[in-house]
Amino acid sequence: MSLSDRPTSESSAIKSGSSRFWNDPDKRALMFQILLVLGLAAFLLSIINNTLSNLEQRGITTGFAFLDVEAGFGILQSLIPYTETDTYGRTFFVGLLNTVLVSVLGIIAATVLGFFLGVGRLSKNWLISKVCTVYIEIFRNIPLLLQIFFWYFTVLRTLPSPRQSLEFLGSFLNVRGLYLPQPVGGEGFNVVWVMFFAGLGATWLLKRWANKRQEVTGQDFPMLYAGLGLIFGLPLIAFFLMGMPMTVDHPVLTGFNFVGGITIIPEFMALWLALTIYTAAFIAEIVRGGILSVPHGQLEAATALGLPRSKTLRFIILPQALRVIIPPLTSQYLNLTKNSSLATAIGYPDLVSVFAGTTLNQTGQAIEVIFMTMAVYLTLSILTSIFMNWYNSRKALIER
Amino acid sequence: MMKKTLMTAAVLAASFSGQAMAEGTLNIVKERGVVQCGVTTGLAGFSNPDEKGQWAGLDVDVCRAVAAATLGDATKVKFIPLTAKERFTALQSGEIDILSRNTTWTQTRDTQLGLNFAGVNYYDGQGFMVSKKLGVKSAKELDGAAFCIQAGTTTELNLADYFRMNGMSYSPVVFDTSDQTVKGFEAGRCDAITSDQSQLYALRIKLVDPEAAMVLPEVISKEPLGPVVRQGDDEWFNVVKWTHNAMLNAEEMGVTSANTDEMLKSANPNVRRLLGLEGPKGTGLNLNDDWAYQIIKQVGNYGEVFDRNVGKDSPLQVSRGINALWSDGGLQYAPPMR
Amino acid sequence: MKYELQPMLPAPSSTTGLLGWLKRNLFSNVKNSIATLLIGYFLITLLGPALQWAFIDSDWFGDSPAACTSGGACWAFITNRMDQFMYGFYPETGYWRINATLFLFAAAVTWMVIEKTPYKGYVAFFTLFIYPIIGFYLLYGGSFGLEVVDTHKWGGLSLTLVLAVIGIVAAMPFGILLALGRRSEMPIVKAFSVIYIEFWRGVPLITVLFMASVMLPLFVSEEITFDKLLRALIGIILFQSAYMAEVIRGGLQAIPKGQYEAADALGLTYWKSMLLIIMPQALKLMIPGIVNTFIALFKDTSLVLIIGLFDILAIVQSANSDTDWLGYSTEGYIFVAFVFWIFCFGMSRYSQNLEKRLKTGY
Repeated sequence: MSLSDRPTSESSAIKSGSSRFWNDPDKRALMFQILLVLGLAAFLLSIINNTLSNLEQRGITTGFAFLDVEAGFGILQSLIPYTETDTYGRTFFVGLLNTVLVSVLGIIAATVLGFFLGVGRLSKNWLISKVCTVYIEIFRNIPLLLQIFFWYFTVLRTLPSPRQSLEFLGSFLNVRGLYLPQPVGGEGFNVVWVMFFAGLGATWLLKRWANKRQEVTGQDFPMLYAGLGLIFGLPLIAFFLMGMPMTVDHPVLTGFNFVGGITIIPEFMALWLALTIYTAAFIAEIVRGGILSVPHGQLEAATALGLPRSKTLRFIILPQALRVIIPPLTSQYLNLTKNSSLATAIGYPDLVSVFAGTTLNQTGQAIEVIFMTMAVYLTLSILTSIFMNWYNSRKALIER
Repeated sequence: MMKKTLMTAAVLAASFSGQAMAEGTLNIVKERGVVQCGVTTGLAGFSNPDEKGQWAGLDVDVCRAVAAATLGDATKVKFIPLTAKERFTALQSGEIDILSRNTTWTQTRDTQLGLNFAGVNYYDGQGFMVSKKLGVKSAKELDGAAFCIQAGTTTELNLADYFRMNGMSYSPVVFDTSDQTVKGFEAGRCDAITSDQSQLYALRIKLVDPEAAMVLPEVISKEPLGPVVRQGDDEWFNVVKWTHNAMLNAEEMGVTSANTDEMLKSANPNVRRLLGLEGPKGTGLNLNDDWAYQIIKQVGNYGEVFDRNVGKDSPLQVSRGINALWSDGGLQYAPPMR
Repeated sequence: MKYELQPMLPAPSSTTGLLGWLKRNLFSNVKNSIATLLIGYFLITLLGPALQWAFIDSDWFGDSPAACTSGGACWAFITNRMDQFMYGFYPETGYWRINATLFLFAAAVTWMVIEKTPYKGYVAFFTLFIYPIIGFYLLYGGSFGLEVVDTHKWGGLSLTLVLAVIGIVAAMPFGILLALGRRSEMPIVKAFSVIYIEFWRGVPLITVLFMASVMLPLFVSEEITFDKLLRALIGIILFQSAYMAEVIRGGLQAIPKGQYEAADALGLTYWKSMLLIIMPQALKLMIPGIVNTFIALFKDTSLVLIIGLFDILAIVQSANSDTDWLGYSTEGYIFVAFVFWIFCFGMSRYSQNLEKRLKTGY
């Protein structure tokens, strides 16, 4: 209720404009917000002012010109071509891609492991459920940084030197990393890729057709086998028809290290393992909570309808559980991405280690570098939540 | 009301940026009664805390000497351990008065970061340490090898330059601290550690079996290490610079912490000027006349400090080499005190 | 012919006792039996040597690595350095000050945690407003005849606890304001709160710590310099208040709308209705969430080692590069993991318990 609604006799009693103004919630809110804006502006201004004068006084170079300067240092792992003569700007992208690589692979592995653990914890087998419980309670209660150190320094020490590598199917494992043979596509290999994507498209179309047919006739279509056949069968046929246009680049021990093939550096393995193991413990709890949130009646109804156990899980339990699981799962994915920044502790060349580490040190331009790094994580976070919100709303709509 | 807020904001902004640097570092130090000194988080021989948290080392003694010169008491130092990343900001922001953290003097640092290097207390060069098992005798044989490096140092750049120059390939394994670098090397993650040679000796004694590793003879870069101060405060810059010079001159004249009092009676005019009995004394530096006497008495001359921390009286056993006085064929040369 | 009832037969032996339990829980069908056997085999092969290493072949006390002769774990490394791991480089004569600070905090928290203790409000007020002052003077000194202990001498578990406790206590008021702001109807206040919360939740703590350690000094004028620990704390508090705000918002949302309306109907002002009606109810609901964020923060404090502070993890690592005790990093890591685990597991158990208890309320 605002003052103006009151009888005039009372309003005359209130003489000064300020008290009337003060008691009007709307105006008060406005006033408060103006004050907030002013306060913030003053705060920001003083920070900017200070920073500029500090930078000038100390003769520190500013601006983003350093991005075009030659970096002059090497980076252990790069997904794009990089040499010491490239610029600081390029180190940004090298770091960024390494962050994305470990995050994406970590998310995939943590999701798979987490689902198994979450389901396992609900298992009727006492041993399985206890093992899963112990796993979860141990790994989520120990700091991730410690786990990274442990996997890196303690496990690394137990691996053999390059000359005593463990060999398995043409792959080598030693203290310098895991060396895998790399398939190299020859002439005409592109056809295989084309067929692969064609298979994907065909599967999607088939799935739509199968769904429609099921709605009309109630008949089931063996989608899994058909899909697998299309996605992997087609490229395989193309591969043989083209005369197997592929060579394998084997890792060979020359000098100190293996050369050739694909190298998976131990820093990556340790970080990926730690991120997976740590995040999986949280995902497991989310999955368990999601499954438990499905009312028991649903399971009984499905059984009464005569659905086999696998279909009950696929069509009854999971779709309902997923609605509960997805929002917290999103935040776990974001956490994993942010946690990948701990790479700097063991020297995996991610964004924080390469760009906010070495580049910052060599250029000394803290503000620009930290600003760019934070912007990347913010963007990744926002993109992930947009995608997950979209997925979430789609899931929710289908159910209604 | 709005006007008032605006004005307050303006006043605040002005007061925050206005009166910087009005007072010199020397006055601040004298008022505070303590020299704030940025050091490493632990590097044997240069700056290392013992179990009780007492700091010792070559770089530590620079700060102690400055404290002796300015405050007359070498113990009036507050040591602030810094990572390689933080060191310059800490100095720029005034958190520390001197950065004495085996920092290499380079053009970029001297000109673009607002810093001044007040001399060289250790001439160093980058070298390599390898496991003896490897059977390598020269760095030229290290083509394709993996190197453990500490992040945020000139080492990374030198290594890249060296291998590019010699047309060899390498893979850099970068660690955050020197302790981790040793652990990585020990685990076999890399074939060699590369760092300033002085550090290699310091790191070597941290190996479980120091005898299994050797430092290669090659030196691939120039690494003049020295104390750093903020640019734009010449008074303080002079104090730090002449603290170092006094220690060198003392060694040259044979003045040690043991014989300073005797030397007060010396007839040698050079010694008398050093100890503040005649000559410029402390006036130009705004210090007490006995400033150099206090340094030598409480901390020692350069030779003593060197031997005690990294040289023949320390586990590191580094030889004087190019760090010998110019009169002994080394590079350490101080301008005369007159 | 018999006319009385036969005594009841016992249940078949395969469904009772140990055998029955085994059959029901481990060998209910073929698939389960195989799984049980496989897991059992792995557990025995893995745990056996681990237990042997950690307990049977281990040495617990001694002054040097020479005491470790049994070939297993060398816990002497831990027991020998225990003081340092707990108190860092804090002067030995001042250990009681750390103990007293922690004891006071533990006592206050226990008071609030136990049900049905009187004067909870006063104790909460004490913990939030008076305790930090007492704690500061106890730890830092400089008054009441206590010697000043510079913060760069703080370390070990006590530093970890100081970071976590100050982080959570100081983030609380900011979190409350931000949560209220986010639920506010004032667009600018709301926008500010949302941006603040989403910004800090979107970036990793490590970049925040970097920012605090290398950029903060540039933001303020020359005369103001922050202690390294203070800088880390500022970073942690900025970061933590965003998480706190979300927990508190969750609690506020759980309060039925009728409560807000009733408070309005009574003519209470916004702040009065918050203080007297909403917060007391919401805070109770928030405790599990607050405990969970505290656990997360407690684990995250280990990150300060990257900016060169000696928390328990950092100090164990540095003790491990002491030339007297080389090569015991595994023991060190296991010890730190155990310490963190005890704290985190204990707190998570408490919060789960509380959640169960609170659920019955509504």
